[in-house]
Amino acid sequence: MEGDIANMGQFIGAGLAAIGSGAAAIGVGHVAGNFLSGALRNPSAAAAQTATLFIGIAFAEALGIFSFLVALLLMFAV
Amino acid sequence: MAGENGAEGGSGLSIHPMDQFIVKPLFGDGPVGMFTVTNVTLWLALAVGCVALLMVIATRGRNIVPSRGQSVAELAYGFIYKMVEDVSGRDGLKYFPYIMTLFLFIVFANFLGLIPMSFTTTSHIAVTAVLALAVFLTVMVLGFVKNGAAFLGLFWVSSAPLALRPVLAIIELISFFVRPVSHSIRLAGNIMAGHAVLKVFAGFAAVTAVAPLAIIGMVGVYALEVLVAFIQAYVFTILTCVYLKDALHPGH
Repeated sequence: MEGDIANMGQFIGAGLAAIGSGAAAIGVGHVAGNFLSGALRNPSAAAAQTATLFIGIAFAEALGIFSFLVALLLMFAV
Repeated sequence: MAGENGAEGGSGLSIHPMDQFIVKPLFGDGPVGMFTVTNVTLWLALAVGCVALLMVIATRGRNIVPSRGQSVAELAYGFIYKMVEDVSGRDGLKYFPYIMTLFLFIVFANFLGLIPMSFTTTSHIAVTAVLALAVFLTVMVLGFVKNGAAFLGLFWVSSAPLALRPVLAIIELISFFVRPVSHSIRLAGNIMAGHAVLKVFAGFAAVTAVAPLAIIGMVGVYALEVLVAFIQAYVFTILTCVYLKDALHPGH
């Protein structure tokens, strides 16, 4: 084991930031699952809402990507 | 720092997952200046060339029974036209050419990046930030030109209780100005993450014991990346349509 404490903090921070990706996965799953449960109840209305589905997924995913970015910045830029 | 990620191969074979994103001059090893022709320049130009190939050369025949290229171009045209009409409304159709350009450029840049040994231009925030800032400025200018001060109604939620409106105004203001950030990072982050994952799997493939598993994994991830490349272009375009709708019809 070598390296200094700042390096360790960097790696731990990057690992913690990666938790955000998992949280975003929960969010995306929630959006898609709720869409599916609604779509199966009224399939004729589902096709019109696919755009909304993707917008919802995109918004949920964006914050996960932010945390991924923080992890990358900690690993490679700081 | 973090260099041991792809170096499991031993025997001097070390692939760093982020090495594929390095911007290099195309000719020689000089420094990268403002006007240096780099690999980014090459692949951006190739993306533009592919768009021109599809929309100009392939549709040149204007056949009643379309050729393969022409039907792809017509399909893309119809797809985006319907999207703009559905999301932005009929008066958004005036801005259809811009949105079509954005979609085709991003989709071709993404797909060209999937060719092995190629360079993925959309994985760079510098590229996507320009696209997102262009959309943001278009929306802002268009909103004020079309609606004047009424565009500020976007931040003043008139359907909410009066006491809540200042708080909501602050939230709306922040979410409005964070749009170019999230718009650009969503595309760049997705593409970059996917390609980095591919390279990490490629690093595992150098270890003989897990090579078959790693290769199967790579095929799966690659298939996912093909899907992501299209979906991210779609999401970028549809969010542009949503923002455009805000500019044309502010207020809730």
